[in-house]
Amino acid sequence: MPRILLVNLLAFGGGFSIMSLELLGGRILAPWFGSSIYVWGSIITVFMLALAAGYLIGGTLSLRSPTLGKFGALFVIGALILYPTVLLAEPTMQWVFARIEDPRYGSLAASLALFVAPTVVLGSISPYAVRLLVRSREESGRVAGTLYFVSTLGSALGTLGTSFYFVLWFEVDTIVTTLAAMLLAMGLVAAAVGRFDDNAA
Amino acid sequence: MLRRVPLAFAVLLGVAMCADAAAEVIHRERSLYQTILITKTDRRLCMQFSVRAKRRSQSCMDVRDPQRLLFTYTRMTMAALLVKPDPARVLIAGLGGGTLPTALAELLPDVHIDVVEIDPAVYAAAQQYFGFAASDRVKVHVGDARVFVKRAGARGESYDIVILDAFGGDYIPEHLMTAEFLEESRALLGPDAVLAANTFATSGLYDHESETYRAVFGMFFNFRLLESDNRVVIAMNGPPPPKRVLRANAAAWAKRLRPYGVPIKEYPDRLSLAIDWDTAKRPLTDQYAPANLLQGD
Repeated sequence: MPRILLVNLLAFGGGFSIMSLELLGGRILAPWFGSSIYVWGSIITVFMLALAAGYLIGGTLSLRSPTLGKFGALFVIGALILYPTVLLAEPTMQWVFARIEDPRYGSLAASLALFVAPTVVLGSISPYAVRLLVRSREESGRVAGTLYFVSTLGSALGTLGTSFYFVLWFEVDTIVTTLAAMLLAMGLVAAAVGRFDDNAA
Repeated sequence: MLRRVPLAFAVLLGVAMCADAAAEVIHRERSLYQTILITKTDRRLCMQFSVRAKRRSQSCMDVRDPQRLLFTYTRMTMAALLVKPDPARVLIAGLGGGTLPTALAELLPDVHIDVVEIDPAVYAAAQQYFGFAASDRVKVHVGDARVFVKRAGARGESYDIVILDAFGGDYIPEHLMTAEFLEESRALLGPDAVLAANTFATSGLYDHESETYRAVFGMFFNFRLLESDNRVVIAMNGPPPPKRVLRANAAAWAKRLRPYGVPIKEYPDRLSLAIDWDTAKRPLTDQYAPANLLQGD
């Protein structure tokens, strides 16, 4: 039971981080590429592509003796990849800005450079979580449905919280850093619990 | 008291309805960024942006006297000439109906004007309904002002007057209000050049915005008139010129500005260096720019 709760909680956190980051993406790109509709087009395209790749990778990883500890490792990796975004955003965008004149392709290139890696990792969470919780074929649909529900609820809350409140209270970098810290903490908790649980199972 | 309120409302509603009934919508278009309405009365042609239900006129033209600048804030923007009376290069962010670039091009026969407008539909409507025409001297660049300013800075360009007037409808482009954007705009200013920004005087944003300008420019002229909800920030690279210089420039410009309805001689005394805002409020930056959320405070 705590295992089910924990995995769902982590799926929630993953969904939350993805959408919070996506919204902040608009803020991060605006100083260099503006806030025209195509900037949002670039961001959403890149997030969708990265999530798609993440789903494939997460599914493949789940084939190799899945454990809660490895699940936690995904979060830790996600956090470690996300945090440098804060440090590398400015030089990356400056580099792209100097080379690509058209802000459509500039924003697309910058989004690819900044957001693909963390979003691929965060995308791999959901299918892996499904594998951890499914025990029988009969309940597989319900388990997957519940996880989608929880992670999408997290996404909704991440979107709302970020756009309504976080940007009013905190700086963009602070929010991204906090997301990374949150992912790291979740990953470490999963790994710690996994040390007992995976061995017991 | 209770009886009076509905009465006042009824009167207001009646006035609003009369004003609306008289104006005919001759063009309505949903562009990428807003809904553009061109309205016409027998005297006035207006461009309005309606992002939500509320309409706000962006640009109006007196059909019988097209030179006359009908909006107080447009006239106030001309105060930039008090600081820089002989500009050779002007940058304007935000085209609207094009009344400002048209007036400046007429007033300054040798001036080169770059106008940045994000919405191609606004540019098209300005040409079609307001007789706005780009030329060798007046160039329109369709795109985001932030990107244009950054690129112009990278090319090492400079302007004598930079006018920020990109605040359309109800929504504020937040990346055009930050200290970083003002730094980039300031970098475009030549030695004795001036930046004039049409901004808000009444919303919860006033303090934050004022602090942002102060962080970037130090002292600046705050230009407010009772008749307008707008204020115009007049900021420069160096120290603000003394009042006698402003008055001398006003006197030199007064006659030429008369056909445009700009009472420029009244302006020098209205330019204030006083700090009339809460300096504890946080300046807006690229990291912290919730301008639209703060507006309602």
